[in-house]
Amino acid sequence: MTTAISVAGLTKSYRSGSGLLHPAEEAALDDVNLTVGAGTITGLLGRNGAGKTTLLRILAGQEFPSSGSVRVLGAPPAENEDVLRRLVFVREDQAYPEIKVGQALRVASWFYPNWDSALASALADDFGLRAGKAVQRLSRGQRSALGITIGLAARAEVTLFDEPYAGLDAVARQLFYDRLLADFAEFPRTVLLSTHLIDEAAALFEGVIVIDRGRVVLDAAADVLRGAATRVSGPCLAVDALVAGRPVWERRQLGSQASVVMIEPLSAGDREQARSAGLDLTPLSLQQIVVQAAAGMLAPVPGAGFATERTSA
Amino acid sequence: MPEMAGLDEGTPLFAQVADRLAGEIADGGLAEGERVPSTNELAAFYRINPATAAKGINVLADDGLLEKRRGIGMFVATGARQRLQARRRAEFTQRYVKPLLTEAARLGIGTDKLFALIREAGNERESVPL
Repeated sequence: MTTAISVAGLTKSYRSGSGLLHPAEEAALDDVNLTVGAGTITGLLGRNGAGKTTLLRILAGQEFPSSGSVRVLGAPPAENEDVLRRLVFVREDQAYPEIKVGQALRVASWFYPNWDSALASALADDFGLRAGKAVQRLSRGQRSALGITIGLAARAEVTLFDEPYAGLDAVARQLFYDRLLADFAEFPRTVLLSTHLIDEAAALFEGVIVIDRGRVVLDAAADVLRGAATRVSGPCLAVDALVAGRPVWERRQLGSQASVVMIEPLSAGDREQARSAGLDLTPLSLQQIVVQAAAGMLAPVPGAGFATERTSA
Repeated sequence: MPEMAGLDEGTPLFAQVADRLAGEIADGGLAEGERVPSTNELAAFYRINPATAAKGINVLADDGLLEKRRGIGMFVATGARQRLQARRRAEFTQRYVKPLLTEAARLGIGTDKLFALIREAGNERESVPL
């Protein structure tokens, strides 16, 4: 698989605090290492303030790394015209100059070599964007819709979406997911989408990268994570017998009942044992696993089974 | 919640896509020699990543249940239905009989009582007009 994005040892620090004598450096990104394969849709997940936007801004060439290397389509993106024309970055709450919707789309069409005007018009229609309307007078959701329209119609080799749907309702968000999948199927490209609506977007992702406090805490194929952790509940003794000596996340107990999350795949023998002991097995969803990771719960547990490489079909 | 036409988030999606297709073939919904939906059709239907859908199709293709016809697509292989049904029969005890026995034992339902219950339910089922 060709690599579209590769980041090694990336650190980004900002001056923080008011101490003139002791200016503190705060790391927004701390030794980030990751690669994103060409032609994949990857979810960039994490809590607010985890560093997702900083990472995307650096990938989009809008900020310089403090240290480390960043390559997008084989070269550092910052001040690199060749890379930037092959990349589109749709950010949350994008600001626009005083122009009309139609003009915004036309300007974008000049910039992006793969621009598809028919797709842009179709998307604008879908989202109810009128060409003659001033961008400044659009609602927050409509401004998001304009960003999404540009992001998809650009058909850029690398498409970066940073929480692109502020103010969009559930129907409009579903429209975005459907159009993204349909256009991606026809014109595969590398998509990195940051979102906190993991549950909604999970099925779009081939890979997921979870960031917590500036560090990558999970980087895996989405389908490897589904079913990789299982909640085991039932009589204490039976639960303990099944999970003894194996990695678990949390253990809760109420009277004679216990519940733990096992973080390695269950074998057929495990399932048989669970069934005969009357244990209840519930696989964790991708969302639940990501939430654990984003909350720092997943912090490198040796042998936790998540050091899996992201794979591509 | 995402709406994935009945797929759930707790099991690898590619495996669920493969299971669904296998189920359709076993039930005759997809006849032998018939073209199976393309990767993109499956991705749009289930609202999932096309690579995930492709992986699901590949599971069946690697198993010889689907065959590729260059430039046209994937088709249900000859004998696929029979093979899938045989597999299901082989799994019947494991998937249905054993859990039934486990639950019956937990409730103190003896084998004779269990037979009687099955016969009763079977009679009811047969008497229901289709």
